[in-house]
Amino acid sequence: MSVVTDPARPAVAPEAPKSVRRRRSSGFNSVSPREKVARYVLLVFVLLITIGPFLWQLSTSLKGSGEDIYTRIPRLLPAQPTFDHYKAVTDTIPVWDYARNSLVVAVLVVGGNVIGASLAGFALSRLQFRGRKIVLGLFLATLVLPGEVTIISQYVTVREFGLANTLFGVALPGMIGALNVLLMYNAFRSLPVEVDQAAVVDGANAWQRFLYIGLPSVRGTISVVAIFAFIGAWDDFLWPLIVLTDPNNYTLTVGLQYLSGTFSNNPRLIAAGTMIAFIPIVIVFATLQRFFFKGVEEGAVKG
Amino acid sequence: MRYNRWFTPWVLVIPALTWLLVFNLWPSINTVILSFTNAKPIGGGHFVGLKNFETLLHDEQLRWALLNSVIYMVVCLPFLTVLPLFLAVLVEKKLPGITFFRTAFYTPVVASAVVVALIWQWILDDRGLVNGLAEKLGVISGPLPFLSDQWLLLLSAISLTIWKGLGYYMIIYLAALGNVGRELHEAAAVDGAGPLRRFVHVTVPGVRGTMILISILISVSALRVFSELFILSGGKGGPGGRDNSVVMLIQQYSQGFEGNLGYASALSIVLFFVTVVPMLVLARLNRRGAEA
Repeated sequence: MSVVTDPARPAVAPEAPKSVRRRRSSGFNSVSPREKVARYVLLVFVLLITIGPFLWQLSTSLKGSGEDIYTRIPRLLPAQPTFDHYKAVTDTIPVWDYARNSLVVAVLVVGGNVIGASLAGFALSRLQFRGRKIVLGLFLATLVLPGEVTIISQYVTVREFGLANTLFGVALPGMIGALNVLLMYNAFRSLPVEVDQAAVVDGANAWQRFLYIGLPSVRGTISVVAIFAFIGAWDDFLWPLIVLTDPNNYTLTVGLQYLSGTFSNNPRLIAAGTMIAFIPIVIVFATLQRFFFKGVEEGAVKG
Repeated sequence: MRYNRWFTPWVLVIPALTWLLVFNLWPSINTVILSFTNAKPIGGGHFVGLKNFETLLHDEQLRWALLNSVIYMVVCLPFLTVLPLFLAVLVEKKLPGITFFRTAFYTPVVASAVVVALIWQWILDDRGLVNGLAEKLGVISGPLPFLSDQWLLLLSAISLTIWKGLGYYMIIYLAALGNVGRELHEAAAVDGAGPLRRFVHVTVPGVRGTMILISILISVSALRVFSELFILSGGKGGPGGRDNSVVMLIQQYSQGFEGNLGYASALSIVLFFVTVVPMLVLARLNRRGAEA
């Protein structure tokens, strides 16, 4: 903040007392103690509703086989905590293979979207070419189409490629999402044109401008695209369920459904299985959440 | 002013464009073509004319699925447009620890629908947490069949969808709340408006556009529901297959020797129309509301 000492602009002066007054009165920037308590009570209440079911599942997965999980007096803390059921799950279904399959698909989808969407987004927003508007319109038009509508013919396409029942077939259609292209397009657009022009004057070609000017300024949106692509691929169920027929190739979600269908009489085992699918994604999200919420504030998430 | 050779932009756009054409545009056209055939999941099939569409008219399961979809949408809409807005207002103030709460409220969104549905399946089990607690409190004498009664199962899946969606729409509202001028709130407060009145007269009008967008998103995703109902019903679609959704029917016809990709494609076209109609209606409402 530089102090403007131009006497012709006294408008700067009234700013100071205003902010002082605002701080003194318990107006909008501060919260009264009573409101604070009320807010925290509500926050904890909602927390119980949103997180409670996960904790209950975690607790079930850790309860010993001798423990009555159906007790009428529900106990959150296991009386005989054990990791046995986690081991039992791995003996029942190849859960680590499934996790690896999910990871392979997720990595392919993240890589494809980060590269493909940022290249296209850059070209559509920073480069002039004939047909640009039409291409942009095509990407926009596909947004109204729910993915499930084309899922059957997408399967036919993947089958024609000889990729039915393969992990690559699961990853392929989602590797460059139209929504992600538009998100990147939006992000690149907020960069001033003058920067580009200056770079052109300095002799930078399109590729250099993409790499050294474009990319560093859209890191926030790239991380949002990457996080969503990962979560989307890891959590997806319907598409891998349609593509994969061989239990060896299952991803975690399909494998879990298989587990619950086959061993529905053992809630502890299923609880352990769900936790194996749930915990990695929570860790990924918790470590990356500040990028995510920063991206939200930048306007990367508009639904 | 051109800064590049004519083909440079195309080199950058072509991968994304290829994906768009191969995995979005071509499948849209091919869905229509397939709907006139009796293609099988393993391959083959031939032209059968309008037969699939005739079958649609007499498909009792489809009728149930459409009814379920409408119920799903009608119940989800009010809850998911209003509750997430409350949550967004609740987590908007930057109190100590608020990031933790925001992240925690978003957790059900991040978790796979399969995971949360399996968790709810256990909670709603005949001998699960909800029935156990209710019996303990003496609210009910025997367990409620949340997962085996046609309507209770649908209601359970709807509650699950609402619970899982709270955080998602909360974040969208949160981004919108940032654009509601603080001055308006201050002016209203100076005029003596309490928190409730400020919510109704400042916050709600301020996020009106977002509210319409969110109601479109809710309606479309309610009509597309799959995983929740599939898992809660154990993949069977409830008693007599009356708890199917349209997407569940599409999935059923996509597999096995009994599968019929032609009929599944005809169902996809039905899905297209039922999702596009509310989208257009709500978008229309939005435009008319903006003019008024």
